[in-house]
Amino acid sequence: MSSGAVKAWYLVHKWTSLVCTVFLLMLCITGLPLIFHEEIDHLLEGERPLPAMEAGAPSKTLEDALDTALARFPGTIPLFMSFDEDQPVVNVTTGPRPRSTVEEMNFISIHRPTAEPVRTPDDEGVMHFILQLHTDMFLGLGGELFLGFMGFLFFVAIVSGVVVYAPFMRKLRFGTVRVSRNSRAKWLDTHNLLGIVTLMWASVVGLTGVVNTLSTPLVDLWRADQLSEMVAPYEGKPVPTAFSSLDGAVATAMAAAPGTTPQFVAFPGVRFSSNHHYAVWLRGATPATKQLHTPALIDAETGALTEMRSMPWYMTTLRLSQPLHFGDYGGLPMKILWALFDIAAIVILGSGLYLWFARRSLPAPGTRHAHEELLPQAGPAE
Amino acid sequence: MTRRRHFTLGEIFAVPLLLAVVTIVGLVAALLGDGWLDALSWTGLAIPALVIPWAFLRRQA
Repeated sequence: MSSGAVKAWYLVHKWTSLVCTVFLLMLCITGLPLIFHEEIDHLLEGERPLPAMEAGAPSKTLEDALDTALARFPGTIPLFMSFDEDQPVVNVTTGPRPRSTVEEMNFISIHRPTAEPVRTPDDEGVMHFILQLHTDMFLGLGGELFLGFMGFLFFVAIVSGVVVYAPFMRKLRFGTVRVSRNSRAKWLDTHNLLGIVTLMWASVVGLTGVVNTLSTPLVDLWRADQLSEMVAPYEGKPVPTAFSSLDGAVATAMAAAPGTTPQFVAFPGVRFSSNHHYAVWLRGATPATKQLHTPALIDAETGALTEMRSMPWYMTTLRLSQPLHFGDYGGLPMKILWALFDIAAIVILGSGLYLWFARRSLPAPGTRHAHEELLPQAGPAE
Repeated sequence: MTRRRHFTLGEIFAVPLLLAVVTIVGLVAALLGDGWLDALSWTGLAIPALVIPWAFLRRQA
């Protein structure tokens, strides 16, 4: 690579890094506790107590759970029912009308076998605060997209960092850390070593983070592109006054896609459904297919299956980006490894900043006077 | 004037490439199932993670 090319890549690395580093440091630091949010929530709140089942009593139906929710919030209609993965609990969201605002919605968790209310998850605590900071810095969609752009710059910094790694390493064996040299050489080697070793993890977590920031626009695209097509024959029909059985709708949907379990049901009229359907969103059984929700539309008058289709590629990408960003799909050992990589990323960002401060007294790379061992050197055409 | 030989691109990127592949295997394995695939995943991610202390300890010795 020519000396000019090295210099150009080095400038790309420097500027993309400098712009995104502060935000990436915030993301890595807030991300660290978020890796363990399940464990921390559990520690802070304790196990959610579930009501005892009377021996021999028949399990209640989903309709019973719905009755419990509507009795708690009189005058509202059901909007969503979601199914917990690790406990026999459903969460019902109700509101005054199908297109209720988030502020108007009510939320209740219900033990399925007994149809009795149980404690709802905390959405006010310190973990929620950290999550908001990490997701959008309390700035809504704009903040989310901004952090997505910072994630993109981070990825460009990784790629350009790999390119300038080569001229740095022309005389150094892999893994060399010149601990006995001055502190700048030591930190440069540490930066290079940690960067090249965590390169793939950081790229995947960075890029899946970027995809996650596009969640809102992608779901909107899916609604406009696919859902509207699926429900076109029913367009303009009013929301039915009497609904077919909810339990029947869920059973019909599960029978149409064997090996799946319901993730949530969107009731007729809400944004994830049509005016005339229950939309039963099913998930598969493996960590990957668990993310690939298949919506089944069940006619809310007749209880028959209208249509079921898999998600388009961009929704599949979005769904798979979640576990790959969170690191929550391989048990506690994976979370610990995720945390180690996250700490390595913090050291990379910090050492990068240090090298930038410490460099300013030195000549620019690629110039004749660049310090031989500290700065990237141009090699023969490679 | 004798010069120490420079490493080629292949030599520079051999280990990093291997670590990247091992990381990918680690990231994907646990997505596909549980049990042994989780263990494969931990191994794949632990290898690059262990390279870091290895490099530092080697230099201290």
